[in-house]
Amino acid sequence: MTENSTTGRQVSAAPAIELVGISKSFGPVQANKDISIRVMPGTIHGIIGENGAGKSTLMSILYGFYKADKGEVFIAGNQTQIPDSQAAIAAGIGMVFQHFKLVPNFSVLENIILGAEDGAMLRPSLAKARESLLSLARDYEMNVDPDAIVEELSVGHQQRVEILKALYRQANILILDEPTGVLTPSEADQLFRILKRLRDEGKTIILITHKLREIMDITDTVSVMRRGEMTATVKTADTNPEQLAELMVGRKVLLRIDKSAAQRGKELLHVKNLQVTDEAGVLRLKGVSFNIRAGEILGIAGVAGNGQSELLEVLGGYRTAQGQILVNGAPIDITGQNADGQSRRKHGIAHVPEDRQREGLIMDFAAWENIAFGYHTDEKYQSGIFMNNAAIKQDASEKMQRFDVRPPNHNLTAKSFSGGNQQKLVLAREIERDPDILLVGQPTRGVDIGAIEFIHQQIMTLRERGKAILLVSVELEEIMSLSDRIAVMFDGQIMGERLPNETNEKELGLLMAGITEEVA
Amino acid sequence: MVDVLNDLLTVLDSTLRLATPLLLACLAGLFSERAGIFDIGLEGKMLAAAFFSAAAAALTGSVWIGLASGIAASLALSAVHGLASITFRGNQLISGVAINFLAAGMTVLIAQSLFQQGGRTPSLSGQARFNPVHLPFAEQIETVPLLGPIYAELFSGHTILVYAALAMVPLTWWLLYRTRFGLRLRAVGEAPEAVDTAGVSVIRLRFTAVAICGVLCGIAGAYLSTGLQAGFVKDMTAGRGYIALAALIFAKWRPWYALISCLLFGFLQALALRPDLIEKYLFFKVQIQLLDALPYILTVIILAGFVGKAIPPRAGGEPYVKER
Amino acid sequence: MEKMPAWADVVLVPLISLLLAAAISALVITGIGEDPVAAVKMMVSGALGSTYGWGYTLYYATNFMFTGLAVSVAFHAKMFNIGGEGQAMIGGLGVALMALFIPWPHWSLALIFCSIGGAVFGALWALIPAILQAKRGSHIVITTIMFNFMAAALLNYLLVSILRPVKSMDPATASFPEPTHLPTLHDILMPLGIEFSKSAPANVSLLLALAAAVFVWVLIWRTRLGYALRAFGHSDTAAQYAGINPVKITILAMLISGGLAGMMAVNTTLGEAERLVLNATEGAGFIGIAVALMGRSHPFGVVLASILFGFLYQGGAELALWTSIPRELIVVIQALVILFTGALDNMVRMPIERLFIALRGSGDRDG
Repeated sequence: MTENSTTGRQVSAAPAIELVGISKSFGPVQANKDISIRVMPGTIHGIIGENGAGKSTLMSILYGFYKADKGEVFIAGNQTQIPDSQAAIAAGIGMVFQHFKLVPNFSVLENIILGAEDGAMLRPSLAKARESLLSLARDYEMNVDPDAIVEELSVGHQQRVEILKALYRQANILILDEPTGVLTPSEADQLFRILKRLRDEGKTIILITHKLREIMDITDTVSVMRRGEMTATVKTADTNPEQLAELMVGRKVLLRIDKSAAQRGKELLHVKNLQVTDEAGVLRLKGVSFNIRAGEILGIAGVAGNGQSELLEVLGGYRTAQGQILVNGAPIDITGQNADGQSRRKHGIAHVPEDRQREGLIMDFAAWENIAFGYHTDEKYQSGIFMNNAAIKQDASEKMQRFDVRPPNHNLTAKSFSGGNQQKLVLAREIERDPDILLVGQPTRGVDIGAIEFIHQQIMTLRERGKAILLVSVELEEIMSLSDRIAVMFDGQIMGERLPNETNEKELGLLMAGITEEVA
Repeated sequence: MVDVLNDLLTVLDSTLRLATPLLLACLAGLFSERAGIFDIGLEGKMLAAAFFSAAAAALTGSVWIGLASGIAASLALSAVHGLASITFRGNQLISGVAINFLAAGMTVLIAQSLFQQGGRTPSLSGQARFNPVHLPFAEQIETVPLLGPIYAELFSGHTILVYAALAMVPLTWWLLYRTRFGLRLRAVGEAPEAVDTAGVSVIRLRFTAVAICGVLCGIAGAYLSTGLQAGFVKDMTAGRGYIALAALIFAKWRPWYALISCLLFGFLQALALRPDLIEKYLFFKVQIQLLDALPYILTVIILAGFVGKAIPPRAGGEPYVKER
Repeated sequence: MEKMPAWADVVLVPLISLLLAAAISALVITGIGEDPVAAVKMMVSGALGSTYGWGYTLYYATNFMFTGLAVSVAFHAKMFNIGGEGQAMIGGLGVALMALFIPWPHWSLALIFCSIGGAVFGALWALIPAILQAKRGSHIVITTIMFNFMAAALLNYLLVSILRPVKSMDPATASFPEPTHLPTLHDILMPLGIEFSKSAPANVSLLLALAAAVFVWVLIWRTRLGYALRAFGHSDTAAQYAGINPVKITILAMLISGGLAGMMAVNTTLGEAERLVLNATEGAGFIGIAVALMGRSHPFGVVLASILFGFLYQGGAELALWTSIPRELIVVIQALVILFTGALDNMVRMPIERLFIALRGSGDRDG
């Protein structure tokens, strides 16, 4: 036993979890190459890396979804086989996934006992679990109503249910995969408080994230993965974001973009008092108003689910709304026959959607067919009453070359391209239309750092050409780096507008959580 | 007055008998769909069970052997559906349609080969059929006004499978809502990933559900040919499997509502058998083809959502693929 | 990285599925006490061994081309139209009304307008299920099955009580007037010096069906509507983003589908029976499903698959005539084809994919 330097508690000297030489290949692709890590008990260890670096594969091996080709796993000093999730749970590993694994119409209690029921009859199991749950919640300061229906809980509370699920199964090692993607800054703070509490009680936490800030804020040690290998493991206190980014990519990375001063022209887009009610009758947009001028980027910051998606859908033409939208001073139809994507495009509005796989592309269509997506009635793609496939293919070739989409083969289906190249394909299609107004949602989600630079550059170029750009992103850094003005959305409303050089993340974070000056 | 009562009892009596196969098939579908496997092959499984139970009963003279054979046939088709839907992650609707055709063709083929009677089995009688069960004191109570006939004619005198089907309703409810198995089954139809990450086998749960569906369809089919009627005739299910599906949607996938909706459809089918009664009480003549088509029309109306919105199990119809 | 080359995807996998279906069919034939090889020989000689056989094979194939194309078009929009049977029945009504109540001077006019009548009526029968799916999310599979039953009931009523000539006992309409009779293949080929059986029912509708196949190909891959249909079929969320109206596309796809199914009646009702009878469709609507799946929803594949099933149908009729094997064997074969090419697709596909990946892997190591 030794003393934990942070908490002063007695902990065993063996690592809580140790991986030695873990390798895993999928056909020709080697996802994990000879990975070795040690995580000591009572610490928070971060694992950072780009998409495709191999983090998810590693965690899947730890949780029993995959079997490593080579290498061993040691839990508390004992070699352990993890052939399936049951074994992982038995070994004390609990996992909180990025996309929650909860049954939406079950209660909190039912979700917690699912799979860990005590006997074949439900009612005794539920009664026992209720007691355990209440005491767990007390111990770790995580209050939840056991009878609440999960789909009615806030995202932050749903995440707590996930953590309680793991603790109920007596997890000693908690792995969290991109936990803060769906949380407001204050919910994230609450999460970190809980994690620190768990750590102080001797639990081991592994945090997988791509957010450099989080690593710096909360972890004790951090490992960097790149292309399937562990490139470094350091004490967080001994490093900084720039160094970590370089380790992630292998070269110096431009974290902030150089921006010229804004050259603002006339008002191109004016949104007045937009209201949206969804299919369930819930008001999603509660009177949103803003304007964007030529040569200007308006960044909409906010945690996902506060109306930004609905805003983009209304502007993109596939959701109706009340209110007014003026393009170049003239109102456009937002409720009737012409409220659709085709007419929006005719008005000079182009849209790079938030979810390229579900909205922006047809994954099973070839790249050349996707170049015409949204524009398939365009004159230059027609030849009489038929479509001119040759013309479309030609156009596709040119666009893919200009936007450096790799591999430059327009016959490949969209799903054969990497996330970054798919996004470049969508951007090529939308930007090359030379729209007056460009809507962009989450432009760099799931995109590698190298492609991120290119995409940000393209957006800035459009701005310099005097276009109006609406940028919606959950990544605060991206918003602050690219925007000329920032509007923060919370609960379907704009909480406030700021200039990027006159504000900071803390202030924006408060607005994102719905706390305005009057309330604070 | 007595006349009205008699007519009513006759129709209600028919209702129970006609609702039984619907109820069994509906509960079968309930288990399958609650676990996330769409099954439009209820029709085919019932048909196959109807044939094999009648054939076995005809050949051995025992209706119980018939029942077992019917269940076995239905289970075999369930296995195919499970294999296609779960193991090979195929299109569940196409699998169901294929199974319906397979049953329609195979039953006549084998019937012809065994019995040479143009695709039917010989008529069943005696021990090769399910015979009415008379509840205790039925005879004695019969003379009591009102309650007597209701007990003696409506409740007593059905074959045992009718009572079994009715008993299945509370049994299903209990299984789904009071046991660990039921919790997991409901979970796997809404969020299979939650079940998977909790270390419980999605595949095993789904195959179990599909098997239960097979057993219940087997009983439904056996009842058709050895209880309701006396032998198998080509295409004798006549769309009951699809009507059971409509009843399931109407019942919002819940056991007690399923009872009500199946009784309703049974009632419509009973009415179609007595156009004379409709003329007597409603004073107009209804075309027989319209009466026959009534259950199907009602199904469409239900599906159009004019009787309330029904939300199916969230993960229904989609094969489960682990997200990596 | 594509998992297997295109030819394997389009030809090899369906071919193997077909072989599996054939193998099991052979087992079934053996199971009922007949010899599968003899059965196949009889089918081949009965269906392909004479112009009489070919006449019947092509006649049936014409039916299946129409219904197969109908199912294919709907499949491209990700909809499973099982209502082809009912749509064809009601299409027959349209053909019969056109033929009986308007005095056409020449068969070519009768052909054109009866086709329109059949298509319109078939499309109308698909309209309500289409609207219910598009606007209320009612599952098109169940509604179209219900509409099949309803069509049978409706036609029964009309043929027994309304359209039946007063002195006739048959539940059928009067015979169509002579000028509407379509030329059979015999009539078409004789001036060209080709002998063809006089009593086989294959007629000019075959050419109509082939034209329909070309039309469907052009529609799906060369027009804006086809592009929108395919995009919607792949992803209805993306289609909304692109400004494709899901309600419009659903309804249009089903109308075209129903129309194609309705046109089948031109072959059966105008071309062969020359009056409307009960059960004129004889399950062709359902075989259309097998044909569409086998042909991978591509018109060329559908034509080939239709001819194959025409062969099976005629061959099956021969078997039913000369052996104790009932016509239901064809239903079983049809079911097996649907099962293997549709639902058990992955059972064949996955091992073949692995084979190609393994072959490619060894190639890489050498190269």
